[in-house]
Amino acid sequence: MPKREGQKKTDAPRGAGATRDAGEAAVVRTSPFHARTAALNQVQLWSHWSNYLAAGRYQLSDKAEYFAVRNAAGIFDSSPLYKYRIGGPDAEAFLAGVLARDIWACPPGRAQYTCWLDDDGFVVEDGVVLHLPQSRPSVNEYLLTSAEPNLAWFADRVGRLDVRIDEVSDDMGTLALQGPRSRGLLAKLVPQAETLPYFGVTAGKIGGAAVTVSRTGFTGDLGYEIWVDAGDGLRVWDELWDAVQGHGVQQFGLDALNMLRIEAGMLELGADFDSSRYAFNDAHRSTPLELGWGWMFGDLKRDDRAFVGRRALEAEIAGKTSRWAMRGLVLDWQDYDQVYDEAGLIPPKDHTPVIGDSMLYEDAAGAGGAAASGGQGGSGVALGQAGYATSFMYSPMLQRHIAIARMRPDLAKPGTRVKLELTVDHHYEQVAAHVARLPLYNPERKTA
Amino acid sequence: MSTKKTPAKAAKKRGAPASTSLASAKASRAERTYDAIVVGGGHNGLVNGAYLAKAGLRTLILERRHLVGGAAITEELRPGFWFTTFSYALSLLRPQIVQDLELVKHGFMPLLMSSTFAPMENGDYLWLTQDHGQNLKEIARHSKRDADAYEQYGHDLSKVVQALKPLFDQAPPDLFSDDPEELLALTQLGRRFRSLDKRTLHNAVRLLTGSAADFLDDYFESEILKGYLASSSIIGTKVGPRSQGSGLVLLFHAMGEHDGEFGAWSFHKGGNGGFTQVLARAAQAFGAEIRLESPVAAVITKNGRATGVALTDGTEFYADTVVSALDPRHTFLELVDPRELPDDLVETVQRYRFQGTSSKVNFALDGLPRFPALPGREDVFRGFTNIGPSIDYLERAFDEGKYGWYSSRPYIDGAIQSTIDPDMAPPGRHVMSCFIQYTPYKLRESDWDAEQENLGDTVQRTLESFFPGFGDLVLQREVVTPLHIERTVGLSEGNIFAGEFFAPQMFFFRPAPGWSQYRTPIDGYYQCGSGTHPGGCVMGAPGKLAAERILKDRGKGRG
Repeated sequence: MPKREGQKKTDAPRGAGATRDAGEAAVVRTSPFHARTAALNQVQLWSHWSNYLAAGRYQLSDKAEYFAVRNAAGIFDSSPLYKYRIGGPDAEAFLAGVLARDIWACPPGRAQYTCWLDDDGFVVEDGVVLHLPQSRPSVNEYLLTSAEPNLAWFADRVGRLDVRIDEVSDDMGTLALQGPRSRGLLAKLVPQAETLPYFGVTAGKIGGAAVTVSRTGFTGDLGYEIWVDAGDGLRVWDELWDAVQGHGVQQFGLDALNMLRIEAGMLELGADFDSSRYAFNDAHRSTPLELGWGWMFGDLKRDDRAFVGRRALEAEIAGKTSRWAMRGLVLDWQDYDQVYDEAGLIPPKDHTPVIGDSMLYEDAAGAGGAAASGGQGGSGVALGQAGYATSFMYSPMLQRHIAIARMRPDLAKPGTRVKLELTVDHHYEQVAAHVARLPLYNPERKTA
Repeated sequence: MSTKKTPAKAAKKRGAPASTSLASAKASRAERTYDAIVVGGGHNGLVNGAYLAKAGLRTLILERRHLVGGAAITEELRPGFWFTTFSYALSLLRPQIVQDLELVKHGFMPLLMSSTFAPMENGDYLWLTQDHGQNLKEIARHSKRDADAYEQYGHDLSKVVQALKPLFDQAPPDLFSDDPEELLALTQLGRRFRSLDKRTLHNAVRLLTGSAADFLDDYFESEILKGYLASSSIIGTKVGPRSQGSGLVLLFHAMGEHDGEFGAWSFHKGGNGGFTQVLARAAQAFGAEIRLESPVAAVITKNGRATGVALTDGTEFYADTVVSALDPRHTFLELVDPRELPDDLVETVQRYRFQGTSSKVNFALDGLPRFPALPGREDVFRGFTNIGPSIDYLERAFDEGKYGWYSSRPYIDGAIQSTIDPDMAPPGRHVMSCFIQYTPYKLRESDWDAEQENLGDTVQRTLESFFPGFGDLVLQREVVTPLHIERTVGLSEGNIFAGEFFAPQMFFFRPAPGWSQYRTPIDGYYQCGSGTHPGGCVMGAPGKLAAERILKDRGKGRG
């Protein structure tokens, strides 16, 4: 284990947001927890995430980190996310107009997974918005996260409203504590965590530092995120680290996170969809319904918000014009093994996610009826194409190859049999798979 | 799983209780009538019962003890400390079983054993991890030459494993039958071997018949690497790494597959007891009924056909299919009357070699051991700790075993399982499972009741020599000798594979020539334990293949 003592000198917080070395032409930033995460990173491999150093893995086995999350708990540094603090008397009215999901249904102390659309009803981005617990009734503040910068997009839509939007990305650190043991361990520091509901938000203190705790995460497991001022980062890390010792908790990196989120059916910008803002054509755009977020709009009829993209969304619902349906895909293990066996290869079961389009075809002999129709799908879809997979992996928890996939709506019924195209020995092979609902891994404890 | 009573005594005919009317006696007989009865709720019995139930048979699994699992159980011997009393890791489990029995739905969770730490007697070590590049450099620290030899070895072994793997998933053809189906299967087997390249076929034969030491010497010069690799050539078997036949044991263990990686191991959540609980839930979900504390005294036969079983308390259950998940000695010599069987079979089973030679010593620890060369490093314990630093060390340990005593410096396959699954021990505390060899079932001029704690001391002393201060960490110790394995689990002479792995007891000949296809000479009486093909380890293949045979036979009978 790394020694903490020797690092104390260099640990001194350099003030909120000043994690970049002043006076140096540093090209990357480090998170408020970097002094600790760097000491834990045995492989010293880092990737760049929004210009921050982010660990892909901390130890030689990303799979060990993954299992720690599913069986005990893991700590993930998600500080590089973009974060916006949105306040002012009209904050709620503003968000009701720019976010597609109804923010009125998100009282203080609650969070929402949400998205924002363009006028044509295509998704600009997704993120989690926390409605921060009110310190005083007059204070109404939100914290919105996103993967990419969105300040201009939001600021341009403020109009006459009295709203303040501050980007606080560099001023805050975020730690995710995820996994079955997270509740009991976090409750040692923030007792309210014990009863905090799924997507609840509470204020607390860790090591004397004020923190916000939300029951959110990107792993599809029971889990929490801790939001802290950058200057308090190390203090909070140390308290948390001490609290989890002896419980099999491990820090985990982006590689394990990617596995976890695919099992959890959580989409990633740039992997499973793109922002409509920078797409050159509609093939690279998605509507929220096409991304499987129809559940966000269950009560559209009862809310009269004029939000960006509403008319297009309503038209899509009414006209059933969605081009795709977002689904999970589970490969037929026998067929998969057979394809490799016949090639004289050992069937690979690699947990490392493969990101990128893989084609799906109708199963000529497939069940489900829809396949027989052979109908043309949405724009530009070839005859016989059933859809495409975007994130593919072997899931150790499910003991199957799985994928996140977009299906032609007529082939999206769970159980529908399709063929996934794989490359074996430098040529294409088709492996049987069936369509399933997302998430493919969904433990009760996630929401319990 | 079974009892020591002779069938003749226990199977005494009993009528229905005198007080019940004929009608209720009939009703109660109907209630106690099943399509299939599995004797023994070890992992193969559970797999077999689950497959039979899945196929729609009304299936009863009878377990002698208060819990299922046989030798694959996890017990809380000290509050908060869970011990994998016997079997302690998972590797050879056939992946098809996970899928067919929908085990994921019932909690199947194979946690990764991510490394092997092999301390050396000079204070150095070999630490192999999930990182390929790191492994090669780590090996090069001991021998630069061995780094790429390790690659070649891995590749060659994988080729052999790939070639032989299908044999694990099908019953051996019957060498002694004229049935065209069997002849065809035999031809296909021949063709499979013909299709192998020369090197792979030759390697296969060298492994199947030769010694692990010879095979390893062709690749490596580093003692620690050879010691580590040779360790899997002795597990559960009374051979040393230099004995002919140890190659087969090495190959068998390399056949294991974890998430597609040959030779990789996992630790099931909650230990192998956690795994057998998953199996039990799966079997029950398919409709199988499991009765605990129901020791079977005998299989009831009538006119050369099995018709049911009798428990030691006299209760009878009826079925025209009875499956023994016990080892061949129990299956053929105790559950049925040997007089009902052909002499040559009885003779073969009497000669069948068990001679258990492995023990377990399990520890509850107050903290993680310390290895002087790596102070403060805890991650080296997130996998196996292999105490077998050279082929000489292993062979010397075997020397003592050969002459009827336990090794004064035994081979130890340790695993601090709480580092992988924190639910196994209270926070900051640990459980350590240690597989020990050699500890022969028959001790020269002594017995295991007398030597049990001395063995515990020997093991602890050995660990102390590699991890100074180890003894201070010990909160509790459990010593499980071959005798205790036999008494508790019922495995004859404590053999963990229900019969040794050596060529005359494998494939065509497991457990006996002509009886390798799960049938027995008694119609409707089948065998599905690890004493049948392919053999022991928590693999499930015998249970699965036996179920396939039973279902096929029943189909024929009906047709």
